Amino acid sequence: MNAHLQPTGSAYFLTQETQLSERHTLSVLVDNEPGILARVVGLFSARGFNIESLTVSETEHDKRLSRITVVVIATPKVLVQIKAQLERLVPVHRVHDLTAEGAYLERELALIKVNGTGDHRAETLRLADAFRAQIVDATVESFVFEVTGKPSKIDSFIALMQPLGLVEVVRTGLAAINRGPEGM
Amino acid sequence: MAEKMTGAEMVIQALTDQGVEHIFGYPGGAALPIYDAMFQQDFVKHILVRHEQGATHMAEGYARSTGKPGVVLVTSGPGATNAVTGLTDALLDSIPLVCITAQVPTTLIGTDAFQECDTVGITRSCTKHNYLVKSIEDLPRILHEAFLIATTGRPGPVVIDIPKDIQFAVGEYFRPEAETLRHQSYRPQVDGDLAAIETAIDLMLKAERPIFYTGGGVINAGPEASENLRELAELTGFPVTSTLMGLGAFPASNPQWMGMLGMHGTYEANMAMHDCDVMINIGARFDDRITGRIDAFSPNSTKIHVDIDPASINKVVQVHVPIIGDCNRVLEEMIRIWRSRTNAPRTEAIAGWWTQIQKWRDVGSLNFKNSDTVIKPQWAIQRLYEATRKQSKEVFITTEVGQHQMWAAQHFHFDQPNHWMTSGGLGTMGYGLPAAVGVQVAHPDALVIDIAGEASVQMTMQELSTAVQYRLPVKIFILNNERMGMVRQWQDLLHGSRYAHSYSESLPDFVKLAEAYGAKGIKCDTPAELDAAIADMLDHDGPVLFDVLVEKDENCLPMIPSGKPHNEIILPDTANIGDIIDEKGRQLV
Repeated sequence: MNAHLQPTGSAYFLTQETQLSERHTLSVLVDNEPGILARVVGLFSARGFNIESLTVSETEHDKRLSRITVVVIATPKVLVQIKAQLERLVPVHRVHDLTAEGAYLERELALIKVNGTGDHRAETLRLADAFRAQIVDATVESFVFEVTGKPSKIDSFIALMQPLGLVEVVRTGLAAINRGPEGM
Repeated sequence: MAEKMTGAEMVIQALTDQGVEHIFGYPGGAALPIYDAMFQQDFVKHILVRHEQGATHMAEGYARSTGKPGVVLVTSGPGATNAVTGLTDALLDSIPLVCITAQVPTTLIGTDAFQECDTVGITRSCTKHNYLVKSIEDLPRILHEAFLIATTGRPGPVVIDIPKDIQFAVGEYFRPEAETLRHQSYRPQVDGDLAAIETAIDLMLKAERPIFYTGGGVINAGPEASENLRELAELTGFPVTSTLMGLGAFPASNPQWMGMLGMHGTYEANMAMHDCDVMINIGARFDDRITGRIDAFSPNSTKIHVDIDPASINKVVQVHVPIIGDCNRVLEEMIRIWRSRTNAPRTEAIAGWWTQIQKWRDVGSLNFKNSDTVIKPQWAIQRLYEATRKQSKEVFITTEVGQHQMWAAQHFHFDQPNHWMTSGGLGTMGYGLPAAVGVQVAHPDALVIDIAGEASVQMTMQELSTAVQYRLPVKIFILNNERMGMVRQWQDLLHGSRYAHSYSESLPDFVKLAEAYGAKGIKCDTPAELDAAIADMLDHDGPVLFDVLVEKDENCLPMIPSGKPHNEIILPDTANIGDIIDEKGRQLV
């Protein structure tokens, strides 16, 4: 049994961290009350955890519940701490590590402004069609596209728009849900 | 049975319903409606402090010595910011506090109004939970929920920020039923997992070099937890050590007691932690003062960890058998299951272990060279301890932070829980004097002594005035070495004995200072006169400031230096402590 004992990190750990960092998507069910976002974000900064992406919105109005989707990159040991520390916050109901718990869906929405005339404009439209991007605003010299999908798809679309007159991008951050019949 | 009243009246009514007899506070513009409501009743008694930090430490002393929550009432702005140190102290040491802060009216919030500060923003990271009350309808629920959250699970401080217009507003007061009150998202786990407890007992039944490593969680779980710890120790025959916060849960007079462990713990406790095969951590959190160098911490043991806070499990040290639950409930189960397996302690199986422990004990790690000419601080504490044992009164000890605190932990011995109040996690200089005042408020007939240093005590000296006002006969026992002794010791260890600002210049004459406050002052600098002077202090019916002039450059030993494992502890006969810590260790705190 002693063989299981792994050295762990702390202020007093003088050697290098041996565990590799992983990217995990957490879904956090919280009471939608003033200051809840500050509590969650403050916890991450106070304990030195990094946030890659954060999305928050009310999901059940009657029960005043919000769902926070947060993407973190951390070692397995730190991930356990992040989950335990989040669950310790009084307004937090549940924390699910979607990455660890099986198959799940990830989606993000982006609004992308592209300027262009002539051939560029036609090429822009062809690519938008291929990515199923919707035109939500248009002028004779610009488009605003709405595109949803996995972050990697949005990354690709933005990369393609770069030489065609990309002006600016806004992204919502990640929303995620597990597959199958079970709810959170 | 709802009743119409103002927000301010609700505050007092809720305190009354919660059985809060004493609160510690300081009035100010935004808090006046609550003070007015308090003025018109008799149940809740208010202790007027001299600084809001004092109020929080008093409430901590009150809470820790009674097991009840301590309650603080301060005004907006500076009142709230001054309370932050004590709130943080209570968070780190898991002390139940409810701190009511007044706030500017809701219409002025965000306008940089006079005495406005973002109290919930500032205290978010130093409380277990906090509230800004924006509607009178929410106030009764929040008031009672705050007490539930402060006192259950892992206890801690809760702030309720109440704007002045909410204090004036009229609403319906009700006391929520415990069930409806229970926050949907707040359900601390108190019962340990039975299978895990059985696994723990299986390991304990096979242990050959076991040790109980207990902490403040045992004290927080109530006096029954201490009783159960004693019973389990007797049933098993295992040695017991404790953190600074857990002293008193297991009696120091018991032969199974190993003394405190950690940076300034005994040689036997630390060596036993290093060499044990089964470690049973009950209500402690593997703090860095305990573990020393993590990758060399108790390298060959199987570790069992009982803690009510799931976030404490595997935070610092990876354990084999985590048990999330209330220490008392888990101890009860452990006793029951142990009894169902055997009726005898493992005396024979661990006889070799006890022989080894005796060899470590024989080293005498708490020994020091006494003197006829100068008072040694350790000896002063030993004499104080002997004198208090002859007292018929119940004895409570508080401390400030530094060398005197560690010497008190080493040389003053505790047989009961809740009789030792010290700032462990945050290490707050200035904690002891106000904490002693808080203890004395809760136990008016007891003997309450603050073992202090001359540097720490000046941080909250003004609370002596509070002690005098309320005739609280606290004894302040100052071990005066004219140094910030622990800082000086670390400068010897790490910085070539360059004593940057670690000496006390322009010290007040503490005797005259005491007299100026209307208290009694005593001074002693001769070993031969110490006993008589201590008797003089204990006999005086009123607050005493006792200035004990001690050896100036005594080191607090034994000591596990930064970056070293338990088995590289510095013992008292070490001549030069300046050569021990290497470059890497110097970077640690």
